[in-house]
Amino acid sequence: MSLRLDRLEIARAGAVMVRLDREIAPGAVLSVMGPSGCGKSTLLAALVGALPGAFAMRGRVWLEGRDVTALPPHRRRMGMLFQDDLLFPHLSVAGNLGFGLARGVADRAGVIDAALREAGLEGMGGRDPATLSGGQRARVALMRVLLSEPRALLLDEPFAKLDAGLRAQMREFVFARARARGLPVVLVTHDLADARAAGGAVVNVSGEVLGL
Amino acid sequence: MARAGLWAALTLLALPVLAGLAGVIGPAFGYLPALGGVAWSLEPWRGVLGWPGLGAAVRLSVVTGLLATGISLALTLLIVAAWQGTRSFLWITRTLAPLLSLPHAAAAFGLAFLIAPSGWIARGLSPWATGWERPPDLLIVNDPWGLALVAGLVVKEVPFLLLMVLAALPQSDSLRAQLVARSLGYGRVMGWMKAVAPRVYVQIRLPVYAVLAYSMSVVDVALILGPTRPKVLAVQILEWMTHPDLSMRFQAAAAALLQLGLVVAVLVLWRLGESALARRGAVWAAGGARGVGADAVLRPLGAGAALGIGLAVGLGLAGLLLWSFAGLWQFPAALPESLSLRIWSGQMGALQRRLWDSALIALGATGIALALCIAALQAGARGRSAGLIYLPLIVPQIAFLPGLATFALVLGVDGTRWAVMGAHLVFVLPYVFLALADPWRAWDSRAGLVAAGLGAGPARVLWAVRLPMLARALCVAFAVGFATSVAQYLPTLLIGAGRVSTVTTEAVALAASGNRRLIGVWAVVQMALPMAVFVLALLLPAWLFRHRQGMRIG
Repeated sequence: MSLRLDRLEIARAGAVMVRLDREIAPGAVLSVMGPSGCGKSTLLAALVGALPGAFAMRGRVWLEGRDVTALPPHRRRMGMLFQDDLLFPHLSVAGNLGFGLARGVADRAGVIDAALREAGLEGMGGRDPATLSGGQRARVALMRVLLSEPRALLLDEPFAKLDAGLRAQMREFVFARARARGLPVVLVTHDLADARAAGGAVVNVSGEVLGL
Repeated sequence: MARAGLWAALTLLALPVLAGLAGVIGPAFGYLPALGGVAWSLEPWRGVLGWPGLGAAVRLSVVTGLLATGISLALTLLIVAAWQGTRSFLWITRTLAPLLSLPHAAAAFGLAFLIAPSGWIARGLSPWATGWERPPDLLIVNDPWGLALVAGLVVKEVPFLLLMVLAALPQSDSLRAQLVARSLGYGRVMGWMKAVAPRVYVQIRLPVYAVLAYSMSVVDVALILGPTRPKVLAVQILEWMTHPDLSMRFQAAAAALLQLGLVVAVLVLWRLGESALARRGAVWAAGGARGVGADAVLRPLGAGAALGIGLAVGLGLAGLLLWSFAGLWQFPAALPESLSLRIWSGQMGALQRRLWDSALIALGATGIALALCIAALQAGARGRSAGLIYLPLIVPQIAFLPGLATFALVLGVDGTRWAVMGAHLVFVLPYVFLALADPWRAWDSRAGLVAAGLGAGPARVLWAVRLPMLARALCVAFAVGFATSVAQYLPTLLIGAGRVSTVTTEAVALAASGNRRLIGVWAVVQMALPMAVFVLALLLPAWLFRHRQGMRIG
């Protein structure tokens, strides 16, 4: 299970913004750092298959040895986390988790309960997501992604909106689970501490390795 | 499939208008085999030009249209300029927004009841101030200058334009521009007019054109409030159109083309006026006058305008309601001596039938419109930039509906509910689209990305994520479409060919009767039907998502 960015180039109006050629091993993290507006989020949009029309992409994206470049977003099985939890406001906590859980899973309620337990949210399945704390919501968002059994994890500044204490806790929570499941992770951030905590290679959008 | 929806929606907007216009051109030049017109001729035009009232009718249409539009626009901008960003502004917008669901005809009836010589205003002032013991013999409603008509249009168009301005404000960077102007020492109104108004106007230009075209060619409001000798041109066209002597339809078609030409000419004039005003305005804005003192006058004026409109409509509707239950009610008594259910019970059977027909047609037209709009938006149709959406709102109804009615006649579908529903759809579609486009685009598309990342295909993202998250906007758009359909007078009358009636055609048909109790009953029902749907549209999502704070109004 690895994610390969194969001579990936993203250009806008002919100007190349992103140039990356890397392979991310299962459980490893590639941190892409840079100021806002440098194209970090565009990179993730390209990886997930939702590149806005104004951009042009060259190169291939390989996931587990399969070329997924031409697949639509819902076939790529790349889970995404943003700085906002983006829980669906019309569904309960369990409803959100159920949305992520693949169809055909036998004991849905049991799996969801287990996920809630893992996130320290036991018995909160019936709650309105809006009544949860920021940290709890972030954990639900992560569990929702994990239940969909992704093959890779794409993180778009996922800790930026959490306060300092929670941020460290959440980093540990996310990276531990990605490692445990052997998921390759691409993290884009402008926070050096995020990149440090991730423990993997740190590059900028041009692919240059940054020393920490 | 989504592409197809876009094209279906665009076709539905443009085709009926163009077909209707085409269907008017033939008869206008004497050609309509179905009615025996087999040779092209200028006879219909001779008939129109030979009509003695033509000059006055044209003048009335142009003057009332320009007055109503000018006053509505000025009041709207004044209200926003004077009060944007204050607590009062929120209150004003919440008061005026519901007026949008009110059919023009009901508002016009309410106003007529209020300002008539025997209306509440005269009663309130009599006899102590006026000395009137009996209603004075004054032509206030149906006045020959069309001022009552202008007033009736203004009370409905200000809420509409206000809502359009509200939608345009976020894209105009209005609060910051206003702040800059204030910090440079400008008064509130002057700063807004110089710094924000030009940017806002560019965005509400099409709605303003729609108001202008509508005001110049409105039929139902003119039947209720407009002058009678002579009538405005649009009403005269309708009279010829529905004349028992079918040969008058040729003349009606010619006059419809004249009406179209008139609207186009005035729109061009208005556009030229815009340019001239823009040049003058640029000089004015650069002149540096701060207008700080003007606020003391203009702010109360803006508040007064909003309050006046709210009161006029509110009291007017209260008057309608009271009249519908009134027993004996002599002048100048402010209240009736007794109340009775006599009129209501007498009308119950007819009310039920018309309500059923109105609701059925409105449900059908709005349901189809909503589905088409969702498909079109899903296919990437742009919001207010799609000028085509305004086509049915800018081309006067009276100019193309006669042609459409002719086609319906030839196809043998005139007088059916389906044909009326189809005609309503032409006008419901733009409003549903306008109501839905902004919230649709404002939806956080990352939610869709997250869902896709969880394995949800486009259909599931639409049905399980986007539509539920937009439930409130969808319900409001539905209510707007429903209200639009219920309020339609001319399409129902012309396409329904007298065999399909709604609460609106019934109510407007009573205009000339002078039977206030009867008018009261029908106007109240006409007002209550769309309002009930609006209330439902607000309550339904609130109830469905009562345990979801994130679904409440942000």
